[in-house]
Amino acid sequence: MKSNKFITGVYWDDKDLLTGIKEIQDKGISIFDVRTPFPVHGLDDVLKIKRSRLPRLGFIAGALGGVLAFYFQMWVFTQSWPINFGGKPYLSVPSFIPVTFELAVLFAAISLVFGFLIRSGIGPGAPVIIFDERTTDDAFLVAIQVNDESEVSNITEVLSSAGAEEVKQVEPSKTEQDV
Amino acid sequence: MAAAVVGFVLTLLGYFTGGVDGHRFWANILLNGFMVIGLTLGAGFFVAVHLIAESGWQTSIQRIAEAIGSNIWLGAIMIVPILLGAHSLYHWTHTEHLDHILQMKQGYLNMPFFILRMFIYLAGWIFLFHNIRKVSLMSDVNPDLKLFNRLRTFSGIFIVFFAITSSTSAWDWLMSIDAHWFSTLYGWYTFIGMFVNSIAVIIIFLVLLQKMGYMNHVNDEHLHDLGKYLFGFSIFWAYLWVSQYLLIWYANIPEETTYYVTRIKGFETLFYVNVIVCFVAPFFALMARGTKRKTTWLFYTAIIVFLGHWVDLYLAIMPGAVGAEHSHIGLFEIGLSVLYVAIFAFFVFKALTKGSLVPENHPYFKESFDYENIK
Repeated sequence: MKSNKFITGVYWDDKDLLTGIKEIQDKGISIFDVRTPFPVHGLDDVLKIKRSRLPRLGFIAGALGGVLAFYFQMWVFTQSWPINFGGKPYLSVPSFIPVTFELAVLFAAISLVFGFLIRSGIGPGAPVIIFDERTTDDAFLVAIQVNDESEVSNITEVLSSAGAEEVKQVEPSKTEQDV
Repeated sequence: MAAAVVGFVLTLLGYFTGGVDGHRFWANILLNGFMVIGLTLGAGFFVAVHLIAESGWQTSIQRIAEAIGSNIWLGAIMIVPILLGAHSLYHWTHTEHLDHILQMKQGYLNMPFFILRMFIYLAGWIFLFHNIRKVSLMSDVNPDLKLFNRLRTFSGIFIVFFAITSSTSAWDWLMSIDAHWFSTLYGWYTFIGMFVNSIAVIIIFLVLLQKMGYMNHVNDEHLHDLGKYLFGFSIFWAYLWVSQYLLIWYANIPEETTYYVTRIKGFETLFYVNVIVCFVAPFFALMARGTKRKTTWLFYTAIIVFLGHWVDLYLAIMPGAVGAEHSHIGLFEIGLSVLYVAIFAFFVFKALTKGSLVPENHPYFKESFDYENIK
């Protein structure tokens, strides 16, 4: 199991945060996570976070939803319960289009929401690590995981030299989120 | 110029060998005239709507849209000749033998009012967009913000005027070919067709200019946004297409379905090709992020959409004006379109030379380089 010890540095400005992260990375220290009160432009690039794969999930789920919806209507109106609507053929494709479209959108939307929640490990009831409650207010926080006690002094030094205004050692416990 | 000569020769060849009668001749004049004026109006609308919305990203390509839009006069010259051929195109002009329905419509569909309306549309469009273009060019030398506010005023008037006249002009010039038939969606459907088409043409001109070494300030983000535009409005075009088709198909009233019956019976291949090329092709071609950012990919998709909307207009005009037995795409159709497109391209390039390609004094010009599409 990985250690549960972290060193956190708090910044009060997003520009300081970005330059600070670059300095920390230049020293060869990998960052566990960054917490910010709002989305910071350029943070993804700095942390080298890869492009999200969610659009692919959305496409697959949407295509699946469309095919299923179309197939279901085909089955209902030709096999299960054929009804004659105004003399139209049982398999009348134009009337299936709205439902097919709606279900494709619904499948894609639901898969995106839940795919995002599951992949990011957030959502109701998911355990979260809270480093510092002020990150939900106005603080920017960089967390670095400590795997070896001998690294502590080095990391602390690097963090303070990289402009972090408060450097602390924390051992947060994974908590159930209050719903 | 070479293309214009080729087009002219093809047109003549087609005219003398293809057995082109009056109906087919005038229908083609209308098709290409409407295509060109639609392109200019769509680009004009693009400029106006972005000025009103104070959007930033499009300022880097605004001069292309402006140059296309400033040729509304050219579109006007190309559409006015249909007055000469009105007798061949519009059977409501045969006033001596009209049935009851068309007699009831004579209050709107009569020649003097038709000419008056055409004059009002063209005069309004040319006047308003001429002012937008003039003020925009003035801002090249004069960085006064008052000019921008004047641009916005003219854009607002243009949009309101165009909102009404885009529908009524579509009724006049296209829908009245099938004078018995009507659809309340027709105006929007035609408008969105011309708008998508002009976005495709803006992309084509942008890529051509970049190949010639201009417009190098345009970056991937702008291409991406143009791609999104083409993608989104192709979907919107399909939405309106389906809405019109679905309601008529559902209601199944003979006086409405006749429009689609003539198109599916006589033009079956083109009818489906139209939907595939205008919707399915750009939908899948531009769905992924990367494809919108590749210049060549976007360029060819834009050309496909452009051809698709030519087919769209062909299907709007030919079945009513020429009839299924007599109309086919021959040398004459291709030649005349090449000729018109060549003339159009010539005047757009000419208009592009009249001002800086970089609207440096536009208040949002710097902003257009300061954004990034999310990954």
